[in-house]
Amino acid sequence: MPNISFEGKTYHCDEDKILLDSLAEHGVNIPFSCRGGACHACLSKITKGTPPPASQMGLRDTLKAQNYFLPCICKPITDMTMAAKVQQPMSYAASVIEKSWLNANTLLLRLSKPAGFRYHAGQFINLMDETGNLIRSYSLASIQSDDFLELHIKHVPDGKMSGWLCDSLKRGDDIAFVEASGNCFYLDNDKEQALLLAGAGTGLAPLYGIAREAIASGHQGKIQLFHGALAKEGLYYEDELKALARQHANFHYTACVLHGQAPEGGLQGSIDQLLKQHAGELKGSRAYLCGDPGLVSSMQQSVFCAGISMQEIYADAFTFTP
Amino acid sequence: MSSLFEQIGGQASVNAAIDPFYRRVLGDPYVSRFFENVDMVKQAEKQRTFLTLAFGGPNHYAGMDMRAGHKDLVEKMGLNDTHFEHILAHLRSTLAELGLKDDMIAQVVTIAESTRADVLNK
Ligand SMILES: Cc1cc2nc3c(=O)[nH]c(=O)nc-3n(C[C@H](O)[C@H](O)[C@H](O)COP(=O)(O)OP(=O)(O)OC[C@H]3O[C@@H](n4cnc5c(N)ncnc54)[C@H](O)[C@@H]3O)c2cc1C
Ligand code: HEM
Repeated sequence: MPNISFEGKTYHCDEDKILLDSLAEHGVNIPFSCRGGACHACLSKITKGTPPPASQMGLRDTLKAQNYFLPCICKPITDMTMAAKVQQPMSYAASVIEKSWLNANTLLLRLSKPAGFRYHAGQFINLMDETGNLIRSYSLASIQSDDFLELHIKHVPDGKMSGWLCDSLKRGDDIAFVEASGNCFYLDNDKEQALLLAGAGTGLAPLYGIAREAIASGHQGKIQLFHGALAKEGLYYEDELKALARQHANFHYTACVLHGQAPEGGLQGSIDQLLKQHAGELKGSRAYLCGDPGLVSSMQQSVFCAGISMQEIYADAFTFTP
Repeated sequence: MSSLFEQIGGQASVNAAIDPFYRRVLGDPYVSRFFENVDMVKQAEKQRTFLTLAFGGPNHYAGMDMRAGHKDLVEKMGLNDTHFEHILAHLRSTLAELGLKDDMIAQVVTIAESTRADVLNK
């Protein structure tokens, strides 16, 4: 009989019985609704062990990869530890190893990679200021095999965190952050699948990580990256992305500018519209969309209408409090 | 006698209906504006809730309130009976497209219909 651990206690649970019911008999009540794997109300996470594949049916692939599962359709096979309902996030200390400007208002920040810190390319971390009271999310542009963490930070006028990072933080300073999270990351479960990466401004940060990770994993499918900016001056990493495209025949980079003339090989217009017109056949592709929240939701609609399944749309909207 | 939810095919049918249903809704200019600024990844989960509910899954959704969920849509965007009927029609067509039998489609539509007063905050 498998042992299931939850919040410090261990319970014997029958292989032939639904885990949700076995736990309820032991007095552990997980909120649930449909009991048929459809509504996802009982979604839970395994921190030690592996959930049976049948208990992950219908979940997004990035949730599966993080060992999320549905207790209402799970017959346990092996011992597992379930994540507590309220988890204390791990925090890490790093130091600033590089600080430079990618364009007039986008900062490149490289931090030392703390020992034991692991992440998926495309996830974000939550940075803390010196007081520890101000916390903001920033996406990782680096990949696990890099020996540094890379962030791209837009200098927001009167922004508390971005202002501190841009104006006060110095090379060599220490900075704390809370562990990586987010479901918008690269997975190598289908290396033939076409990938569409699109974002504006610092939305490029997670996309750059995802693109590099896909290439490093030997992704075979077509990878298209569309980077949007208000005008040419708002683009960055053009040389790096063009170099990637020269080195890897399946990687394509398109710069999109809303105003003024597009750079050579780029397009002029609104990125959500340009995707519709220039991304080609998208049915069966997976999309990663990041950056400004309004733009992310209009790009989601564009790519969905172009044939990408909802389950294959991964997005990180850089939401902020107005 | 198995429940309607089981007869329809439960989880597999909910998974299969999400994309085609939402494609119909977004493709209908009469109702698409209500969905313009909603995050689609979250929306996929909401569609899941909507379909599970309509397919006869248990209706005590933890903390869910149809009135509150649609209040702003009624008050600020003018959600009314005609919009409601469009959504029902899209639901009906989606289920027919998936090959559900007429009597089951009728039962699903009856369940969805029963939420009308709450959805429209009447
Ligand atoms: C998942 C996630 C990932 C993110 N990743 C990144 C990233 O990789 N790079 C990055 O630069 N940012 C990213 N952000 C945004 C970031 O977390 C902060 O919101 C942003 O840096 C502003 O914080 P602040 O403290 O400087 O501004 P605040 O002090 O919070 O805001 C100051 C003022 O500026 C306004 N404001 C804030 N942000 C913007 C904006 N983007 N455009 C216009 N006005 C704004 C506010 O409404 C407020 O009036 C991400 C956000 C999320 C949720
Ligand atoms: C047929 C009956 C209907 C049912 C059973 C239903 C059910 C639901 C449910 C369960 C949610 C998610 C609520 C939440 O998670 O908070 C939701 C949200 C929503 N519904 Fe409905 N709905 C119905 C009709 C409609 C109609 C007619 C419209 C508009 C034409 C509509 C527009 C929306 C929108 C836009 C949201 C998302 C709101 C947001 O994300 O902020 N619904 N609905």
